[in-house]
Formats: sequence, structure tokens, C-alpha cells
Amino acid sequence: MLLELLILILLVSAGLWTVMTRSLLRSAMGLALASAILTIVMFRMNANIAGVFELSVCAGLIPVLFISVISLTQPMTFKEASDHMKERLHRFWGLPLIVVVLGVTLALVSFKYKVTPAAIQEGKPDVRFILWHLKQFDLLGQIIILFTGVFGVAILFKERNKRG
Amino acid sequence: MYALLVLVPFFSLLALNLPFRELNRRLAFGFAAILFLLQMGLVFIPDVYFWRVHLSFFANIFHFQLAADILSKVVLFCIGLVSLTALCVSRSLIKESEERFNFINIILLAVAGMNGVALAQDIFSLYVFLEITAVSSFILIAFEKDILGLESSFKYIVLSAVATVLMIAGIAILMFIAGSTNFSVIHSALLSQNRNLLLSLSIGLFLSALFIKAGLMPFHGWLPDAYTAAPAPVSIFLAGIVTKVAGVYCLIRIILSVIGFNDQLKGILLLVGAFSAIFGALSALTQSDFKRMLSYSSISQIGYIILGLGSGTALGVAGATLHIFNHAVFKSLLFVNSAAVESQTGSRDIDKMNGLAKQMPWTSLTSILGSLSCAGIPPLAGFWSKLVIIIALWLAGYKIYAVIAVLGSLLTLAYFLALQRKLFFAQPNDEFKNIKEAGFGLIFPAFFLAALIVGAGILSPWILSNFILGFNSLVGG
Repeated sequence: MLLELLILILLVSAGLWTVMTRSLLRSAMGLALASAILTIVMFRMNANIAGVFELSVCAGLIPVLFISVISLTQPMTFKEASDHMKERLHRFWGLPLIVVVLGVTLALVSFKYKVTPAAIQEGKPDVRFILWHLKQFDLLGQIIILFTGVFGVAILFKERNKRG
Repeated sequence: MYALLVLVPFFSLLALNLPFRELNRRLAFGFAAILFLLQMGLVFIPDVYFWRVHLSFFANIFHFQLAADILSKVVLFCIGLVSLTALCVSRSLIKESEERFNFINIILLAVAGMNGVALAQDIFSLYVFLEITAVSSFILIAFEKDILGLESSFKYIVLSAVATVLMIAGIAILMFIAGSTNFSVIHSALLSQNRNLLLSLSIGLFLSALFIKAGLMPFHGWLPDAYTAAPAPVSIFLAGIVTKVAGVYCLIRIILSVIGFNDQLKGILLLVGAFSAIFGALSALTQSDFKRMLSYSSISQIGYIILGLGSGTALGVAGATLHIFNHAVFKSLLFVNSAAVESQTGSRDIDKMNGLAKQMPWTSLTSILGSLSCAGIPPLAGFWSKLVIIIALWLAGYKIYAVIAVLGSLLTLAYFLALQRKLFFAQPNDEFKNIKEAGFGLIFPAFFLAALIVGAGILSPWILSNFILGFNSLVGG
């Protein structure tokens, strides 16, 4: 239990650092760190396939892409970064408080109500089976989401190049 | 085969981007227009061959589990109608053919997503198709790449991400309890379980996410900026249908098919609905930007829809659904009018422009019809849906909320009268003396929508009797 709590605190800290840090490069590294910690959570919860995907794609490939794009941009000056940081702290001072309150509430709820999943109670297929074998229709939706994202990026960046 | 409503827009998009792109670019507008017209027509003709087509190749891979009842059909019709309107307006306002082609592509993706939402019978599929709609909306809001559009899109992304987290958490708990993500299985599991805190938490998380997506007060932060900053065809698309499908339709669907009504839920819906109806209207009263006023008006009208739903009766849900249709029509019309005014005067500032009725008579006429329908003046279409909602609230014993709904209507009338007086009927301003009426591309959709408002108003007794019959079986009342 203590280890789980420690991992969760590390995960939230890495997430907050990713959002709050003034450097884009550090932010990308924070994202990789958060994904790596999330991978540990997944392995400990016996979600090995999800863990492998998280480690290879979210902690590996995506940060590499981010870092390579960020390296092409011009960084902010020290004053700009410092003003940006001040504004961000002013805006999001309540964020850690919300995270802690939500975390404690959810933890208390989970202690109070020990619900056994209906799938396990009734010997039905588990969640992984449901997601991979009974929900193929969602795959079509996920393909369209990916396509929409790629299409959107292509439209926005193409125009940028033309104007730049 | 209902899946065609998802597959056809998606594969059309792929086909349009294959070789012969130059030819495809010329055909895209006509193709998309026919597609949207067909969707509007086919939805209410159950016996055509289109619905019996069985694509075994796709069916074997994707195992479609889709269905459409009267609620889905109304929403599918509205999706076709508003998409067609946005498409027509884009022809006049998006001058570059490459940009217009891109706009049509994104609209097709958004339509595939919204059709999926309207047909889904599974809570996870609903979420996946909602995400398609959301991602398309982010791109559409930032379409012109100006600073306001990018900022509004970013704001929507952040709030949408919060909604996604809440929704995923809600789905996870529901799946944990029911062992499935199918609507009917979760509904049975919820009925068999005693209502406990964990269940209430999952439902609360899911509803909060949908309140954000619907732009209800106090979850509305993203909506006025997004509607105002987006290009005119996108504003029409967002205000006319996207918010309704992503927020309001999902809310009604989840309540009818999964959660079911109870006193606490009705209390929350009535409170949020009344708050949005009144404060949305009060905020609209103070706006001087035409589109921003319409944005707050949308929040107020969505509040009305939620009030109807909150009554918890078949009559109330029928009224809410009729108001979804009416709002899609009159709000699209009013956004077309604002686009016409902006394109001719170069401004949206109501305080700056006066007496445009003489120079823009058709825009003025259609905008009066849209405003009066929104304010619930008989015999226009908006009157009937508002009347049904108020009667449903009164009959269900929520008399205070019925009075609040009447008050909201009076406020709506107040801000639209102020708008009409300033914009079209005050002493003409010299600066705008030489402007002309907007072109055919903006006047035709405005006339079409205005005719729908009048036609639906006249045919309302027939529409209502068919609606209420359909909703008795859905609500079980």
C-alpha cells in the first residue's frame, strides 16, 4: 500500500512538473517521466500489454518526437519565461489542492466500498477481453480519431509553412 | 444498416483525398451537400434499400451494434441540416478553394463522429465517437489560425480534456460494476444494485463531463469564446449541432438508456437548467458583440432543454427534443444573419451599427423570425417546444421551474428586441449607409431556415402528436 501511494505521489508530481515547468524541453522530459511511472503502475496492476505500449509509445516515441520538434523552435528569453511562470502560478495555485482533495476523496470511497467487479463475481470475461474481443466497433472510431488528428495537424501546419 | 451513416462520411473523405485531388476539390462541395441532404431524407424513411444494405466484410470486422430511435433520428436530421447550412455559408465566406476543401473534409469527419454518437448503444463507443467530434471541433475553431481562434481552441481542448478524464473515470467505475459497457447491461446492473456512493460518484463524474460538453452554466467557460472566435461557418456548425450532440443528446441518451430518472437527478437537472436559462439570458442582455450575444443565448436555450429533461416525464423529454430541433434551426439562422451582417459591414459590434433594415431587408426579415422563434412567440416553432416544456414542468409539479422558464423567455425577448432595435430599426448610421444586402450564398440558407421555422410552427400539432407517442415508450410514462 505504501509503495502504491509513493508511486502515485511520484506520478502526480511528475505530471505537475510537466505542466508547470517554464521550459518546453523539461516539460517533454517530465511527460516521459510521468509515462514511465505510469508504466510501473500498469505492470503492478497486471496490465502488461498496456504497460508495454505505455513505455514504448508514450514514454519513448512521443517525447522523442516532442523533443525533436522543440529543438527546432526558438526558446523564450529569461524574462519572458519568468513572467510566464508568474502568470501560471497565479492562475493555477489551486491545482495541487484540487488534486489532493480528489485523491483523498477517491481513496476514502474505495476503502469504504469494496466492490467486486460484476465480471469477476459472475465469471464473465474480464475487462481486457471486453475491450479487445467484444468492442471491435470502437476500433473504427479510434482509427477515425487518429485520422482526424493527423488531418488537423496537416491542415494547420501546411498553412503555417505557406505563411512563414 | 445504420453503420453506413458513419462509414459513408469517413470513406468519402478518404476518396476525396485520393489521386485526382484537383477534380475531387471541385466535386467536394456538391458531394457533401448531397450526402447531408440524403441523411436528412433517409432518416425518416425506414423502408428504403439503404437501411437493408448488409456489408458483411465490415460487419465481420467491426461487429456493429448501432440502433436509432425517435430521439436519434431527430438528432441525425439536425446533423444533416446544420452541416448543409454550414457548407452553403462556407461557399460564400471561405474564399480560397483549398481552405474550403479542408473545411469540407473536417466537417465530414465531424459528421461521422456525431452520427456515431447518435447511433451508439454502448457507453465506450459513445465516448470514442464523442472524441472524434471534439478533435474535429478543435481544428475547426482554430481553422483561421488567428490568435483568438487558437486561444479559444486551446481553452476548449483544456476543458474538453477535463471532461474526458471525468467521463473515462465514470465509464471505468460503471464497467467495473456492470462488467460490460453496453447500455442495457449497465442499466440492468444499476437496477439490481442498491444505490451506493460509488455508483453516485460514477454517475456524477459522467454528468459533470456532459455538462462541460453542453456548455451549461457554471461549466460554460469555453463556449462564448469558441463560438465568437471561430469563423462564421464553424460558429453555425458548433452552435447549431456540435454542442447539442456532444452534450445535450448524450445527457438525454445516458439518462434514458442507462441511469433512469430519480428525484436527486431531476433536482440537479432542474437546478442546472434553470441557472443556465436565466443567467445565460442575463449575460446575453449585456453583450454588444452579435456572435457573443448569440453564444450566451445558446447557453440559455440549452438550459431550457435541460429543464424539459429535468421534468422526468415523456412530455418533458419530447419538449426537450423538439427544442433541440428548433434551437438547431433558429440558432443556425441567427448565426447566418450575423455572418451576413459581418460580411457586409466588417463589424459585429451592435452598438456601432444602426438601422440596417433598409440596406439588408432579407437579413432583417429572417433575423426577426429567428429571434421571435427563439423568444417563444406563437405560432413560430420555438413557441411550441417552450410551451411543451413549461406544461411538462407544471404537470410534474415543478411549478417554480415553470415560472422560471417563462421568465427566461421574457428575458430572451428582451435581449432580442434590443438587438433588433439597435441593429436594424434605429436611426441609420452614416458609416453604413452604402452597404448592400448579403449575397445569395448567405440569403438562401437564411430563407430556407426561416421557412422551416414557420413551417414547423404551423405543423407543430402534427409533429407534437407523433413526438409524444414516440417518447412514451422511451421514458416509460
